[in-house]
Amino acid sequence: MSERPALPLLEVEGLRTWVDGGTSIVRAVDAVGLVLGRGETLALLGESGCGKSMTALSVTRLLPDAAEVVAGTVRLEGSDLLELPEKAMRDVRGARIGMIFQEPMLSLNPVMRIGAQVEEALHRHRRGAAQDGAMPRARALALLQAVGIPDAERRLDEYPFQLSGGMRQRVMIALALACDPELLIGDEPTTALDVTIQAQVLDLLRGLQRSRGMAMLLITHDLGVVAQTAQRVAVMYAGEIVEVAPVDAFLHGPAHPYSRKLFDSLPERGRRDAPLAVIRGSVPALDGGFTGCRFAERCDHAFEPCRRSAPSLVQLSEARQVRCFLHDPAVAGAKVPSPAAPTAPAAPVGPVPDPGAQQGLAPALLVARDLQVHFPLRGGLLRRARGAVRAVDGVSLELARGRTLALVGESGCGKTTVGKALLRLVEPTGGTLSFDGQDLRSLGRAHLRPLRARMQIVFQDPYASLNPRIRIGDALDEGMRSLRPEWNAAERAQRILRLLEQVGLPAEARLRFPHQFSGGQRQRIAIARALSVEPQLVVCDEPTSALDVSVQAQILNLLRSLQQQMQLSYLFITHNLGVVEVVADDIAVMYLGRIVERGPVRAVLSSPAHPYTCALLAAVPRIERSGAPDGQTLPGDPPSPVDPPAGCHFRQRCPRAMAICAQRYPDPASLPDGRAVACHLHPAVPAGR
Amino acid sequence: MPVLLWTDALVFLLVGALCVFAWTCARSETLRQGWRRVASNGIGMASAVVLAVFVAIGLLDSLHFRPALEKPGEGGKVAYSVDVLSVLDLLVAPLRERRERTYSAPLAVVAFQKETVQRPDGSQVREFPRLRHGGAHLADPATGRATDVAWRTAGGLLLGLAAAALFCTAWIAAIARVRRAAFRATAASVWHDSGDAQAPVHWRAFLLAVSVLLVVAAPVLLLSMHYHVLGTSKIGQSVLYLSLKSIRTSLVIGTLTTLVLMPFAVLLGIAAGYFKGWVDDLIQYVYTTIESIPSVLLIAAGVLLIQVYMETRPGLFETSAQRADFRLLMLCVILGLANWTGLCRLLRGEALKLRELEYVQAAHAFGVSHWRIIVRHLAPNMLHIVLISAVMGFSGLVLAEAVLSYVGVGVDPSMISFGTMINDARLEMAREPMVWWSLAAAFGFMLALVLAANLFADAVRDAFDPRSTVRRTGFRIGPARLAGRQGEGA
Amino acid sequence: MTAYLLRRLLYAVPILIGVNLLTFALFFMVNTPDDMARMQLGVKRVTPEAIEDWKRERGYDKPLFVNAAAQGGARFTDTIFFDKSVRLFVFDFGFSDDGRDIGREIRERMGPSLAIALPVFVLGLFAYVCAALLLVFFRQTVLDLAGVVACVVLMSVSAMFYIIGGQYLVSKAWRLAPISGFADGAAMVPFLLLPVVIGIVAGLGASTRWYRTIFLDEMGREYVRTARAKGLSEMRVLFGHVLRNAMIPILTGVVVVIPSLFLGSLLFESFFGIPGLGSYTIDAINAQDFAVVRAMVFLGSVLYIAGLVLTDLSYAWVDPRVRFS
Repeated sequence: MSERPALPLLEVEGLRTWVDGGTSIVRAVDAVGLVLGRGETLALLGESGCGKSMTALSVTRLLPDAAEVVAGTVRLEGSDLLELPEKAMRDVRGARIGMIFQEPMLSLNPVMRIGAQVEEALHRHRRGAAQDGAMPRARALALLQAVGIPDAERRLDEYPFQLSGGMRQRVMIALALACDPELLIGDEPTTALDVTIQAQVLDLLRGLQRSRGMAMLLITHDLGVVAQTAQRVAVMYAGEIVEVAPVDAFLHGPAHPYSRKLFDSLPERGRRDAPLAVIRGSVPALDGGFTGCRFAERCDHAFEPCRRSAPSLVQLSEARQVRCFLHDPAVAGAKVPSPAAPTAPAAPVGPVPDPGAQQGLAPALLVARDLQVHFPLRGGLLRRARGAVRAVDGVSLELARGRTLALVGESGCGKTTVGKALLRLVEPTGGTLSFDGQDLRSLGRAHLRPLRARMQIVFQDPYASLNPRIRIGDALDEGMRSLRPEWNAAERAQRILRLLEQVGLPAEARLRFPHQFSGGQRQRIAIARALSVEPQLVVCDEPTSALDVSVQAQILNLLRSLQQQMQLSYLFITHNLGVVEVVADDIAVMYLGRIVERGPVRAVLSSPAHPYTCALLAAVPRIERSGAPDGQTLPGDPPSPVDPPAGCHFRQRCPRAMAICAQRYPDPASLPDGRAVACHLHPAVPAGR
Repeated sequence: MPVLLWTDALVFLLVGALCVFAWTCARSETLRQGWRRVASNGIGMASAVVLAVFVAIGLLDSLHFRPALEKPGEGGKVAYSVDVLSVLDLLVAPLRERRERTYSAPLAVVAFQKETVQRPDGSQVREFPRLRHGGAHLADPATGRATDVAWRTAGGLLLGLAAAALFCTAWIAAIARVRRAAFRATAASVWHDSGDAQAPVHWRAFLLAVSVLLVVAAPVLLLSMHYHVLGTSKIGQSVLYLSLKSIRTSLVIGTLTTLVLMPFAVLLGIAAGYFKGWVDDLIQYVYTTIESIPSVLLIAAGVLLIQVYMETRPGLFETSAQRADFRLLMLCVILGLANWTGLCRLLRGEALKLRELEYVQAAHAFGVSHWRIIVRHLAPNMLHIVLISAVMGFSGLVLAEAVLSYVGVGVDPSMISFGTMINDARLEMAREPMVWWSLAAAFGFMLALVLAANLFADAVRDAFDPRSTVRRTGFRIGPARLAGRQGEGA
Repeated sequence: MTAYLLRRLLYAVPILIGVNLLTFALFFMVNTPDDMARMQLGVKRVTPEAIEDWKRERGYDKPLFVNAAAQGGARFTDTIFFDKSVRLFVFDFGFSDDGRDIGREIRERMGPSLAIALPVFVLGLFAYVCAALLLVFFRQTVLDLAGVVACVVLMSVSAMFYIIGGQYLVSKAWRLAPISGFADGAAMVPFLLLPVVIGIVAGLGASTRWYRTIFLDEMGREYVRTARAKGLSEMRVLFGHVLRNAMIPILTGVVVVIPSLFLGSLLFESFFGIPGLGSYTIDAINAQDFAVVRAMVFLGSVLYIAGLVLTDLSYAWVDPRVRFS
């Protein structure tokens, strides 16, 4: 046992933060305790609304006006930050505690130059000129270079909107590090970023933390991020810490039933043939008191004491604590299970058709050839089109009946536009599009209507996809009235009841309004609405990316079982490769408006052929390998779709770029396992050979 | 003979529209919640009470008729007076009929200016003549006035308090009955709960506002039986009567203008934002053009033209009231045409935002027609903007009326309004001592009306604007924090 | 950027044409010149000859659009439309009913109008922003609440009461400033004091409340939290970060009126007897002098459109996102 320093760097005890929610008081943080040593990284893990961000903001006393710390202590090297006068607290902020937030675009002052924003922090704490003998500008420059911003000299004089998302987050990190803080608090610092950019930023944070010996409190909802970055983890649920553990031990065997469920509901390879584990119900409201365990209602292992009294943290070992009666020998007695590996997936629901077997048989339901969607860019005196955003630039894909094609790519690659163009919600500007043999592009608004009943869409944002003023029943009715005139009112009412049952909602739901449902329930309603007209094809546009992981599992299970019942074809648009592994038969990877690789999911994900697919897979933080990822992180940002680079679009970021890549865009080549790849590493075989 | 003036018809149309709107609100969950939030807002509730009193006076003043003349005309037909009266005129008949010759100060018993009076003995003196009605019951005004006024005020206050107490008791009893609770408990909860989840309506503010109004109104009522409480005007009319009559003019301008501008703003705003393209370009061009003309000048030009139109066609109206009413209506139309652009711009922006939302896209995916998308998905989600801007616009229009009347492009000079009152009073500014009471009355009544409207508008905005800041529960965290920390130590 | 501004300038042309056509329609088509003449000359005792004379004197005797009697280009130039509307584009305003050159009057009266409108604008903006910042600094305290209540009360009072009350108290009761009137040069200062102060007070309620809302909106943004996380004091957050961002929405509403300051204020100029364009307009309205009203409508639109262009410029100045795109 190494000797611990006399005082931990940060010690939070009994922290309670209440938020004025308008009609009631929300006890967002309820008696939270944390200890963080020097140079240590602690991840605070939890789903949305569990109080993890409020905890971080309480520590720095940056709470919004409606929230206030009502009890507890926050000691930074022994002195209670909550007792400091505001003026003294300001000397702590920025100097001893740095902070990074989720949305780098919103977190930087939009009308101030980057350099000035960094220098301001230096100036405030009298670093820079006085200490180093260097001018603040020089130090700001050094900081930008330290966080890996290329061409930093020029960036100093730019404004945040001129930078990409990843660069902005680097600037935020530079700001937070300006005065060499002892503690860096990151509040979901990579959540708003694409996976390759997330990998860059996590790399950077890890490196900085190691080289500066800084402690880090990382707030996240992503188990993968925890696995890669943290040494210890604290799991929060409903305002409380439910488990504290070293990361390795945690990953091998989470102790709290909630933590275990989080693992089980992750979409991962090997879980595609069985339903994902789900946590039933939803997070309890935090505006009242609790008598028993806060998780008891949703827990599979709950027993009588759980509902009677609230468990306290049980010390399992020196570094592990868990708030559960199952681990409390005094209560559970013999029931104590040892911290076990995540439960094995349940038995398969039924025979899953082999994806390869059907490929040759089923005729394609939807075929797109060389699909283009260009948005004109107007400019100049008379607002003539001067160029175009090539959002979709020649995409070809096929989708067979009853199968799922995943369209994968980073934000801005055009995948959502493809989905909307297929349904003619966005007008394609080129290429051909046919549904069940019928040419879609030539149809007028009126002639398109009969086809609309056969293809539907589920959107990303469950809060924007339902009209807040319309009852659920009426929302479900709308499509049927419009597209299925042959059904009369009684039949439609019948169907609404059946749809609600199919998506697991009670019949009374039809009388209620959207705001009375949670995000996951709304997404179920959106699915029911899409299915109401009995479509054959459903475009799922990131249907789970706004949801917590346990809710995501429910929705994925639902989509899979509906597909089996109704023989649906899905075009599944997502950025999450884990989801792809669970739901899709085929995958198409998009980069800057074009598909770079497509083929059967197992083939593509197990041995990616295109360097971009490789990099994408490598960038996903995985829980099975803690610490730094093995592959190399992809440098740079995706180029702009207005002005794509000549030759291969990916070449500037590609670790294996060759001379030919700069000359022309590679033709797609067919690989023996049914894949098509557009890369010069896999030259197209001329026909006839 | 009942007379339906143009504005009367529109006012009652508006009342009908409001009833329809109330019915819509009752059916729609979100709207009902919004109004519940307004009702739970103390200031909103109190200002609503004040506004309701003004509206009641205005409505009474909108029921017009022409009284029959006592002498039947030729052929036994009933002849009607050319005067158009309203129900309000009947109710306050004493105020209207007891006219003096010219100015007199509030509660005065003698005129404001010395006049040459013929004594019974034939000699002439210059003195302040006794008023015909003000304090006419007093034998010796010099000594009796102060005590008489004091007694009547005190009596009025007592009466007002008694009425207020009676009203509150009855009201609380009614609430208790509905809640099936004891009277005492209900009274306590009405007093303590300030409109939160338990008591959705802020009854305390409601009862306080009613009580204050009663306590103010009762002495005025008692005094006005024998005095001119707010003095008299240049032609001897009671200023209190003028003030009451002005209310209708203000309300008509504040509401009918909104009624006029609404169709333009809503239809064009939604069309521009939803269809984009050339429709949008055209509508934007139209409203930028109208906005670019300074609104006072646009209104002035409009009113001048109406004036020319009316003066060159003298035979158009039967009575002067109809003539003044037509001009009032035209003023509302002109104000509406000059003012629709702001709301139109707002709605266009909102439609641009809403048309990209996923539920609208979903409707497109269902092949729903443009018209249905607008009616079902866009319009209901913009209702709060229309509502807020209508309520917020009201007070601005009431204030504008006064200014326009001053500029000479407001209501007909024969129509009683706050603007004409101020305008007349302004001309007497130079007089020594000053004739201040018309100004003061107009100031007081306008302030009450506009302030109530502004406060009510704030309450409506807070309740309906999704962007408005989080409503506070009013809980104090400070002491709780201390208590919590002490509990920690124990 | 330059192209953008040029485009905005070009866009002004159709708008001015629209304003021109609209005013022409209002003044010459809804009511004919005959109607105007009858009204001016008194409805009762008017003879057709008198009407013709009146029209001839003012050039209203021509046809509206096409003069069939004339030859060549004069067919279109020798018309009311050309004389009264098209000439406005070169700022040829013609003559008022009493025979004076409107263009000259406008040039002479701009100065006095500006003399009160400009100080009211500049000092007012400063005062309102300061007051709003003060309320925001003390947000969620009794001071803020009292300030907001005061704002609502202030904005519920008609500007006319401020003027009358001010004139009564300051000029009549306390005799601190002249009640009305105007003088040239430095002598104008005493005459300006009262109208400027009252002008600022009259706008205090509404503007302060509006700016406060804007500031509070900005205070809730995330970059403010970042600034606080740097350890900046509330003052520096307010002045260094919030103020600069809040200036963007404030400018939208404010810059557009700057050119229109030339027009002066109808109320203030007439109450205080200032010989500016505001009182000129009021006199014209009262005298039903359509030529002057028409000229002022056109001038007002030109200035408003200038304000729109100026707004675009100022956006580029304060918002780098506009400047660099």
